[in-house]
Amino acid sequence: MKFTKRHFLGLAASTAMAAMPMAALADGWEPKRPIDFTIMAGPGGGADQIARFVQSVVETNDMTNRPLIPTNRGGGSGAEALLHMKDARDADHTLMVTLNSFYTTPIRQEGLGVDIETFTPITMMGVDPFVLWVHKDSGITTFEQYIETVKEMNGEFVMGGTGSGQEDSIVIAFMSGVYDLDIKYIPYDGGGAVAKDLAGQQIMATVNNPAEAKGFYEAGEFVPLLAFSDERLDAYPDVPTMKEKGHDFSYYNQRAIVGAPGMSDEAAAYYREVFGAVYEGADWQNYLTSESLAPLPMDEAQTREYWAIQVENHRDLLGAIAGQS
Amino acid sequence: MRQGEISLAGLLALFSLYLMWKSTELPIGYIRGQGPGGGFWPFWLSFGMLLSCGAIAWNWWRGKSPASQSDDPIMDAFGWRTIIWVGGGLVAFVALIPIVSMYGAIALFLIYYLRFLGRHSWLLTLILATALPIGLFFFFEAAMLISMPQGMPFTQPFFDVMYDIIY
Amino acid sequence: MEVLSFLTDGVLLALAPTNLFLIVIGVTVGLFIGAMPGLGSVNGVAILLPITFLVPPGSAIIFLAAIYYGAMYGGAISSVALGIPGASTAVATTFDGRPLALQGRASLALVTAALASFVGGTVANVFFTLFAPILASLALSFGPPEIFALMLLAFATFVGLGGDDIPKTIFSICFGLVLATVGFDTISGEPRLVLFDIPGFLRGIGFIVLAIGVYGIGEMLWTIEQTRGEITTTNPKMTAKGMMSDTKEAVRRGWKGTWIGSLIGFFVGILPAAGATPGSLMSYGVAKMVSNTPQEFGNGSPNGVAAPEAANNSASTGSMLPMLTLGIPGSPTTAILLGGMVIWGLTPGPRLFVDESEFVWGLIGSFYISNIAALLINLAFIPLFIWMLRMPFTILAPLIFVLSIVGGFAASRSMHDLWLIVIFGIAAFFMRKFDYPLAPAVLAIVLGPIAEPTLRQSLLLSSGDPMIFFTRPIAGPITIIAIILILLPAIKLIRGSRRVEEA
Repeated sequence: MKFTKRHFLGLAASTAMAAMPMAALADGWEPKRPIDFTIMAGPGGGADQIARFVQSVVETNDMTNRPLIPTNRGGGSGAEALLHMKDARDADHTLMVTLNSFYTTPIRQEGLGVDIETFTPITMMGVDPFVLWVHKDSGITTFEQYIETVKEMNGEFVMGGTGSGQEDSIVIAFMSGVYDLDIKYIPYDGGGAVAKDLAGQQIMATVNNPAEAKGFYEAGEFVPLLAFSDERLDAYPDVPTMKEKGHDFSYYNQRAIVGAPGMSDEAAAYYREVFGAVYEGADWQNYLTSESLAPLPMDEAQTREYWAIQVENHRDLLGAIAGQS
Repeated sequence: MRQGEISLAGLLALFSLYLMWKSTELPIGYIRGQGPGGGFWPFWLSFGMLLSCGAIAWNWWRGKSPASQSDDPIMDAFGWRTIIWVGGGLVAFVALIPIVSMYGAIALFLIYYLRFLGRHSWLLTLILATALPIGLFFFFEAAMLISMPQGMPFTQPFFDVMYDIIY
Repeated sequence: MEVLSFLTDGVLLALAPTNLFLIVIGVTVGLFIGAMPGLGSVNGVAILLPITFLVPPGSAIIFLAAIYYGAMYGGAISSVALGIPGASTAVATTFDGRPLALQGRASLALVTAALASFVGGTVANVFFTLFAPILASLALSFGPPEIFALMLLAFATFVGLGGDDIPKTIFSICFGLVLATVGFDTISGEPRLVLFDIPGFLRGIGFIVLAIGVYGIGEMLWTIEQTRGEITTTNPKMTAKGMMSDTKEAVRRGWKGTWIGSLIGFFVGILPAAGATPGSLMSYGVAKMVSNTPQEFGNGSPNGVAAPEAANNSASTGSMLPMLTLGIPGSPTTAILLGGMVIWGLTPGPRLFVDESEFVWGLIGSFYISNIAALLINLAFIPLFIWMLRMPFTILAPLIFVLSIVGGFAASRSMHDLWLIVIFGIAAFFMRKFDYPLAPAVLAIVLGPIAEPTLRQSLLLSSGDPMIFFTRPIAGPITIIAIILILLPAIKLIRGSRRVEEA
């Protein structure tokens, strides 16, 4: 029974780990209240899965003396979560799990008055690459064939995604820009729904995180054509990258934990220690591998720099989309 | 009742108009090749609300609905009193939550309702007003991992003690 | 018969003493969580998730299935006893469950709900066992146009639900549909109808906010005002003999609804975008349509309790199917379960049935056992809930208010939504006074968020051509049936009024 064995290995590893980090945390700041663990998306998506995974690891190994309370605040494409963070009444006990709407939503909805650069960096858990998928029955097997088909169909090629201004639409917009493609784009309210409609061939192609397409890929239903990562993905060694095709473009979904603006240094240090330990732990490392996430460890200063660059990049990318339509 | 019905229809019509106006922030028309715009659905449905209000007014004018045939007041003095005491209590309940925390507000609301509206004995009132918030605290904070709103800073020490107990 | 041997293993695993113990605990916990307005199986499953790291995976699955079933049974309790639908799946249960409770027949309603849930769950389990792979491909053939057609059908089955005052019914439907659009427009990616520019509206207006406002506050205010705050609810008696006769009556007067609900619920439930709520609503509508005594519906018909309850249980089991076979969650609960499976190192998707058959059949086996346990435990607790109803009204009323407010917060975690609940409650009271039916608004706010995006996705697919709803092989017939059903009462009405004028 494969399943049990794998599970028990994980269990053993996490128990061994449990004893380790607590000693370091014995002195200094400790949370006094339950920790608000806001998720900037609804239940079921990648961010939600990661948040609940992290919460499970923390809880099972008893790594904090107060529980993490996962709460989905996905309203307004993450605007609800950002406002909740901005106005947090107790910054030391307020954390958030992000995706890229962390960057895009404040740009698209300036009225919110959210400046994400005031948020407190905690831990970068990894970045999630994007891959272009088609259904096996489409007969398309290479990226070049895909480009050809899209051009032949002259505006009738249908792709699905999670909405304009969302991560996948940014990638699609870039691709249509450089290859001069005319694609019909259907927005859905979640990556799961997109994957389902590709499986049912309601749509012809998608750009999705590997985690969301993996089940269908393993069953042979989906064919990966191109990865939008810096290097080829370990799980898909035969899939070329956009960079190999001569365009300097890569795009990842950020899976990070951030603190509310104004969090005290002691609290931030405490959380960095906790989530750093989660990051190092066997559970998370296995998860990174199985879901094809890329590691991107950064300290606080690096993260702030990274945020500034990302905000600039997203401003350009979103500006380009607005210019196209 | 007769007056009440048309006033309510009027209010709802005004609200429909507001919704229609607000919907126009996004395109309300049928975009060629794309189908309806983002404001289409709410705009035309709000318009439907407005039309229904018109039809309600027409029925009222013809005296078709039971309310429009009745000259009774909407509620007698007793009815109004009840609604104001109970409804007002609810408003106060919610207003108190950010001040004395969810659990404090529950206790106060129960005391108000049981003792002053329900005229139950102080003993029963106090038992319920302490047992229920404490029971709910354990249910939500310990078992369900849901944090209820906490009040102004003065309620904090109480919560810190309770958290030490449950975690 | 490989399937049967897998299934037997699953069932035997669930019957081991420790696991049986877990089932009893799980169902009981689930029952009470489900009975809390605002909380449902999603909360039960979410808190359980971290625990699954600690116990052997087999037991974790069983515990989880038990909580899931318990919570589904529990939803009916809140609908009947408190008159507040605890979850969107239990809205239709209030339509007849509440009147029965007010007539002093709460135990009949609860027994009917329990039996119907049991049958619904069992039927779904059997379908699941026998046809999982075929049904999965059926689910995939439902794209946006098909789902929209189905929503149209759901509305069509509800045409007759409103009161006698047609403009007020239409107002209510439109009102619910407009409220459903508040917040964010997925298709254009823009904020929409952020009322009075209050940021709290960015999250939209949830079903639970409107339902708790209308039923938990509005309806209670109305009852208090009508009865002058004096009544205790009609004294429900509870004896063993009474329960036996209730059981007989439930079977006699609820079997039809139960079957309708079990079948419709399952087929709607397996569609990832639709889920249990439309399933239970459609079953109620259909049960009323085919009934010989449609006038009983809404006034305390056991069939009206049985149909939605059988359907929501059947659909909830059905919604596991796209989750297991396609890796696509059909509801928030299955979304969390899906996360759990990833945590356990499983890859949900088409290969799961083959690669991890032990897991899948263990889960299905524990559904069978949990369903039986949930029925027995639920029946055992009915006297307790009946006893609750016998409290003096001046104690019961504030308890319902408190549960509405805490439950509302637990579901939404926002003060903004609590204020909305109070505002909706007070507005609902006045609308109720003037005979505005509010059930249509509550239904509309559930169906609207499915109907609008699928309509617009379909039209994007067809470049704006509405014929897409008629020309596709599955969508076409559904749309046509829906349109006929909508037009039928209108034609009858016009004919009827003409006849009256002629005469």
